[in-house]
Amino acid sequence: MVAETKSKSLSITLRVWRQAGPAAPGGFVDYAAKNLSSDMSFLEMLDVVNDELTMKGEEPIAFAHDCREGICGTCSCMINGKPHGPGHGIATCQTYMRSFTDGDVIVVEPFRARAFPLIKDLVVDRSAFDKIIQAGGFISVRTGAAPDANSIPVPKPDADLAMDAAACIGCGACVAACKNASAMLFVAAKVSQLGLFPQGQPERDSRVLSMVGTMDSLGFGNCTNQYECSAACPKVISHDFIARMNRDYLRASVRATFKPASASAAGGGG
Amino acid sequence: MNLVGSLFSSSIGRKILMAVTGVILVGFIIGHLVGNLQVFQDPDHLNGYGAFLHNLGPLLWVARIGLLVAVFIHIWVATVLTIENHAARQVKYGVKHTIRATLASRLMRWTGVVVLAFIVYHLAHFTFGYAQASTFKENIPHYFMAEQYRVAGFPVIDKGAEVLDLRTMVILGFQQPIVAVFYMIAVGLLSVHLLHGFDSMFQSIGWRSAKWAGALRKVTIAFCLAYFLANAAIPGAVLAGKLQPSEPARVAAHR
Repeated sequence: MVAETKSKSLSITLRVWRQAGPAAPGGFVDYAAKNLSSDMSFLEMLDVVNDELTMKGEEPIAFAHDCREGICGTCSCMINGKPHGPGHGIATCQTYMRSFTDGDVIVVEPFRARAFPLIKDLVVDRSAFDKIIQAGGFISVRTGAAPDANSIPVPKPDADLAMDAAACIGCGACVAACKNASAMLFVAAKVSQLGLFPQGQPERDSRVLSMVGTMDSLGFGNCTNQYECSAACPKVISHDFIARMNRDYLRASVRATFKPASASAAGGGG
Repeated sequence: MNLVGSLFSSSIGRKILMAVTGVILVGFIIGHLVGNLQVFQDPDHLNGYGAFLHNLGPLLWVARIGLLVAVFIHIWVATVLTIENHAARQVKYGVKHTIRATLASRLMRWTGVVVLAFIVYHLAHFTFGYAQASTFKENIPHYFMAEQYRVAGFPVIDKGAEVLDLRTMVILGFQQPIVAVFYMIAVGLLSVHLLHGFDSMFQSIGWRSAKWAGALRKVTIAFCLAYFLANAAIPGAVLAGKLQPSEPARVAAHR
């Protein structure tokens, strides 16, 4: 026996940003989406609308998606002005149609930031995040055979905090939600997840300096401490990590200025 | 990049500059308010205090230049950051939605501009005497100290000394209702500015965390409210007739 379904049917108007390419003119187009199941995910609703568009011979709506279980960070889009839609701590793929009511007009837009150029419709290029990650460089660990478990003691609170930062899926909702299109929460999460571990210490200073420098060079905005980023984050990453990064950056800048450096050695990350 | 380069050219460095100059300016306005509240005491206090500050000579100029530099950096960084922030999102959203940014945080730019305009007027009013020149400290009868004025127990202004009658200047200035109300609105907007700026400083420097952010927020609100009420009390008391200019017996004949 299965439980009786509580699924309801709803019809909505979808107002979607359509833009054929980066240089093409864009604008909102309304689509009627009728007789949807309230148990559909938002992306499934888009699939249904796209099927109908395809059947009619129209170009389907381009949107980014992959895992559809909230862990890959591929899905994006602003739903009624909020990244990933009305829910708290969930991605677009985990937003269900039961979050909306029959007759709603749902406005869907791409993430807007100079550093995230639009490719098509709701799809933006977030490779700027990859450049920041690359700028983070390597960490010095011994390779070869796996080390003994717990050979490097890590305090439990630090491990937990690092895990909170590591939960970042790099979706870009923080940039999209920030009125300045700042990437501070993303960079702070990535800087902190390694900075909290003993293994992350040798390159801690160079990492934060390099990642922040790359972030600045890519045309993201600056932080105004309004914390819209952490409120929009599907992984609920705290803006405390931004304060931690600010502190790390200041300390690294002081050390870079005053810490003696060898005149003969070259290479390495420190 | 060295420390100075980091501070002036990176996004985080500029935010730190914003915070540090903010701390300096908050320190100044607290001292300024505490000094001004002496208006409620005998005229000896505010007038003696003013004469003491003036007698500091070079030290006064060090403080003035320091404050000017802080104000300049605060405004310059705000301008640069704002321009960059606008450039970072060239295409705006069709639906504007705010999740939790406070009203004060969204009004920073406007409260900041009004406060700057107020500072210019305030200096023209009480420092340079361009506004309301007839009641400017140098154009009204001088005041004779009834008692010795001491700072931290040290006598700094002698009994009987002839000093500028600042207290009367302030009171005559605020007897104009438009001026008094403008001052109250300006300190009100400055308090709103600090409602975001005060705890924002801790975040930019990296001292804020969720563990004590709630307490910090309460302190911020209490500080801003106290700052506003204490400041507004001065023009308010003048408008209500509770503060009156110095008695004729205690001032010199008009020059």
